[in-house]
Amino acid sequence: MQTAFYLAAAIAIAATAMVVTRRNVVHALLYLVLSLLAIAVVFFTLGAPFVAALEVIVYAGAIMVLFVFVVMMLNLGPAAVAQEREWTRPGVWILPAILAAVLFGEVVFLLGGAGGPNAGGLEVTPAQVATALYGPYVLAVELASLLLLAGLIGAYHLGRRGKGSEDEL
Amino acid sequence: MTATVPVEHVIALAAALFALGVVGLLVRRNIMLMLVSLEIMLNAAGLAFVAAGARWQAPDGQVMFLVILTVAAAEVSVGLALALQIYRRFKTLDADALDEMRG
Repeated sequence: MQTAFYLAAAIAIAATAMVVTRRNVVHALLYLVLSLLAIAVVFFTLGAPFVAALEVIVYAGAIMVLFVFVVMMLNLGPAAVAQEREWTRPGVWILPAILAAVLFGEVVFLLGGAGGPNAGGLEVTPAQVATALYGPYVLAVELASLLLLAGLIGAYHLGRRGKGSEDEL
Repeated sequence: MTATVPVEHVIALAAALFALGVVGLLVRRNIMLMLVSLEIMLNAAGLAFVAAGARWQAPDGQVMFLVILTVAAAEVSVGLALALQIYRRFKTLDADALDEMRG
């Protein structure tokens, strides 16, 4: 587990450094997905499997889809096709693919139960988290739902096409 | 528990990720990449919470991570909607192009 932690931490830092130095937004997003997956493995080694699953589903899944969706909306037209050809060169995705393969090997190794005890001590189970969430932290749950509603309405209002803007996007 | 990672190392990882996010936010001028840097910073803060929760075997750290996750989701949806509006009005995502107020 210790080796897995340090390996995943190194991948996370390397991938994040690549995120902030890429010129191309799509390349940056590719490395960001990798960084989030590496942090999910870090959570898993720390004995927080629930949060690791949420990291993959919400961060690497939902939030990344939002980013990719907006990038797609902003890149229409024939220039995007040439860009697409540029992006799918092997040189672009080979390093993220190798790093992701290392992470995948780590996950398979850890799920096989070969890793020994957790790197962060005993595991905090999803049941414990749920008990805390709907016990002393129930107000936080309500506030989170209000915040998500406000985010939904705000995003709808801002993303709407205004009356004055007739130019197409 | 001799085989555990010291909590200082996890906090150091969170600090390194947060610093990378700050550098990205300050250096990059593309609004999309600035939002990405914000995500990195929020995620690093969540990592610090989970590390502390694992250190004391308490579920509170993971609850705080859930709150951060919610904030990140709401922030990114509003931020991306703003980015879309900015692109519609100014035809650019360069933050330096937006340095003039109307009033």
